[in-house]
Amino acid sequence: MKRRLWSFPGGVRLAGFKELSNREAVVPFPVPSTIVLPLGQHAGQPAEPLVEVGERVLCGQLIARPAALVSAPVHASTSGTVVAIEERPVVHRSGIPQRCIIIESDGLDEWGPMDTAGEDPWRTPAKQLVERIRDAGIVGMGGAVFPSAVKLAPAKPVDTLIINGVECEPYITCDDLLMRSRPEAVLRGARLLLELTGARRCRVAVEDNKPEAARALEQALAEVLRQDGAADMEVVQVPTRFPAGGEKQLIRVLTGREVPSGGLPFQVGVVCVNVGTVAAIHDALFQGRPLISRIVTVTGDAVSAPRNYEMRLGTPIREVLDRVLRDDARDMRVHIGGPMMGFELLDTRAPVAKGTNCLLVRAQPAETRPAEAMPCIRCGACVDVCPVRLMPQQLYWHARAGELDKAREHHLFDCIECGCCAHVCPSRIPLVQYYQFAKHEVRAAERRAHKAELARARNEQRQARIERQKAEKAKRRGRGKPKRDEGADAGGDEAAA
Amino acid sequence: MSDTRPLRFMPRDSKGSASPALSATPSVTRVMATVVLALLPGIAVYVWLFGWGVLVSLGITVAAAYAFEAAMLRIRGRPVWPFLKDLSVLVTALLLGLALPPLAPWWIPVVGAFFAVVVAKHLYGGLGQNSFNPAMAGYAVVLVSFPLHLSRWPAPASLMDAPLGFLETLRLTFLGQLPDGLRLDAITSATVLDRLRTEGLAGDAGAALSALPFLEAFAGHGVEWVNLAFLLGGLWLLYRRIISWHIPVALLGGLGIMAGGLHLADAGQYAHPLTHLFGGAAILGAFFIATDPVTAAATPRGKLIYGAAIGALIYGIRVFGGYPDGVAFAVLLVGLTVPLLDRYTRPRTFGTGGRLR
Repeated sequence: MKRRLWSFPGGVRLAGFKELSNREAVVPFPVPSTIVLPLGQHAGQPAEPLVEVGERVLCGQLIARPAALVSAPVHASTSGTVVAIEERPVVHRSGIPQRCIIIESDGLDEWGPMDTAGEDPWRTPAKQLVERIRDAGIVGMGGAVFPSAVKLAPAKPVDTLIINGVECEPYITCDDLLMRSRPEAVLRGARLLLELTGARRCRVAVEDNKPEAARALEQALAEVLRQDGAADMEVVQVPTRFPAGGEKQLIRVLTGREVPSGGLPFQVGVVCVNVGTVAAIHDALFQGRPLISRIVTVTGDAVSAPRNYEMRLGTPIREVLDRVLRDDARDMRVHIGGPMMGFELLDTRAPVAKGTNCLLVRAQPAETRPAEAMPCIRCGACVDVCPVRLMPQQLYWHARAGELDKAREHHLFDCIECGCCAHVCPSRIPLVQYYQFAKHEVRAAERRAHKAELARARNEQRQARIERQKAEKAKRRGRGKPKRDEGADAGGDEAAA
Repeated sequence: MSDTRPLRFMPRDSKGSASPALSATPSVTRVMATVVLALLPGIAVYVWLFGWGVLVSLGITVAAAYAFEAAMLRIRGRPVWPFLKDLSVLVTALLLGLALPPLAPWWIPVVGAFFAVVVAKHLYGGLGQNSFNPAMAGYAVVLVSFPLHLSRWPAPASLMDAPLGFLETLRLTFLGQLPDGLRLDAITSATVLDRLRTEGLAGDAGAALSALPFLEAFAGHGVEWVNLAFLLGGLWLLYRRIISWHIPVALLGGLGIMAGGLHLADAGQYAHPLTHLFGGAAILGAFFIATDPVTAAATPRGKLIYGAAIGALIYGIRVFGGYPDGVAFAVLLVGLTVPLLDRYTRPRTFGTGGRLR
């Protein structure tokens, strides 16, 4: 069905490289002997461990609990023994190690009891469902890893639920394969979220370069609606243009609404959830299965047979590489995520985490390495492609000059780091890295300012306390020797006046 | 937030950069090479119609510009090869060379190139940092300093009994010697705009205009053919998306509307707009000079204002100012406003209210 679509500014057309990995069905990746589960696989505070070294855990067992509202629990992804809780390399842009729970698998893969499995989610109140989603450790699996329970409890009612199956980054096909292999899970999960959020309509968005996925969803939709009750649900194919899968861009394309700068989708009446996340929510609510695995695309020219694997969270990437690399692959580079918004993995001991959607492994012959960056010639190619309508070259100047105020004035924090500007830059300037750095600097400066403010307030309180104590002391003394003190007090008052 | 300490930061080398697999867009070198290619038809027609002087003058300018570029990169401690390879200096040299009269003595292009490359480009910080269009700055300096030498425009080869040969041209340029019995007057001639200016100012505009070969269906004089060839190259640049349509359209529109309006009001006093569009450097300016990304406005609306202002100013200088053509001065003057233009025509950031598009 054709429906009116809007468009977002800028964007680029990219070669997809999807056919590399989207021809083979998803297969489970063997459970590794050692599982490394980072405590911070999500946005927000890292989880707090609930287990101790030496303890035996079962698959699906809660091993770390959320430490704050914006946080998520961690579950054991196989059965075995906790052998360490320590800092290990993780999948992160910065390469900074993080606390992880390390489990030595016992090879049994024995599941613990699933206490929520019996409940009928259709009869469960929304609030309880959100709690169960939170307890299952579900976060945004498109890459942003924001705790889903927070997103699904918006501060204001919404009318539209968007299920994001756009997957606009080149190379990545895990959502494509998920939609093809488990369309019912996606749609049933979406149908339930429709009830949960109170939204009136649901749009499942698929980029029009994935016709098989769209067809699978469309075929499954009627059956799901028949079983679970009719609703305004529709599969919508959106034009293939990067970054159509960006949350704000997709909302614009489907509804014509513009999420305000610095705002969240619920402010324009929308909740937007990735298809992988919806499937995980489905598994959690209908099967009582917490988030312990995900589909990961393993692709690139250094991989002998690119395809998608269902991987246990915590699988060390080195083990994956050992199994999939071509024999002649040397001097390869591992990218986490797609080529546009992903980042290079610095340590292959890091494990697959909740947000790891793709391992892009490329053999890099010397001649294809990007050239050295040249000076900006202000050609404005970046202005034309920016989906947020920023002026990337101006931001770059300001970031480079350390003019953070001006960078903010040019809406630095509206940058979604999609990489379109760097992609078209004739001078090959790594623009996004400049923005990331500038953002980091601004946040650091804010933290410093905040700390200074706290210190100032503390100091004022301390001064006040000292004054008060002095006064009390004086008063106490005054009670002992009233005459002299009264005079002193009066004198003090006069001086103050 | 007022922390403006300089960032002690250089991004990791581009090996680990944001867009590793997909660099399909042209590099600076490719962009510049395309611009040079687009200039070639115009240069070819120019040489064909006006003789060897064009080639000699371009050759001197290019050689001098490259020499100055290499020297400045050396002095400034920059890598010499990557920057010579980027061809931006070739584009600057060609534009400067095309602006200069082909029969000027050899040191005119050299002085122009010195000013363009050393002063306007490198003293401002090199590629991407200059606030003035280097080619036009170089040209403006020699134009103001040596007006007499800058009036040596060759007559079209077709109008001469015996056009200068290559060696004779070299002798004239480097030694100032002409073949026996030939005077400079015989091989130079006033340009269309010169005549418009002198004869027009003499109060005989009507006669001057009707004498212009231009209005006789593009016959004879030549400069309009050169400009048509440049137009062709410019359209190709548009087609290849090396430049956007905004500046050329706004510039030619600004010039054309000014010229057309006044021509309609008083055809006896003001020349036909086509004469203005094809008679001087307007085409070259619209597609190749004003579109120099470094010194032009960068926002879509900014580009429109920038182009239109240059167009209008070109007309103003030609008709009411002291010089027959005004592309260089117009580009330089409007170039001064670029930071302001970019600031006040910033596109509305996504999600900041109002309507998109």
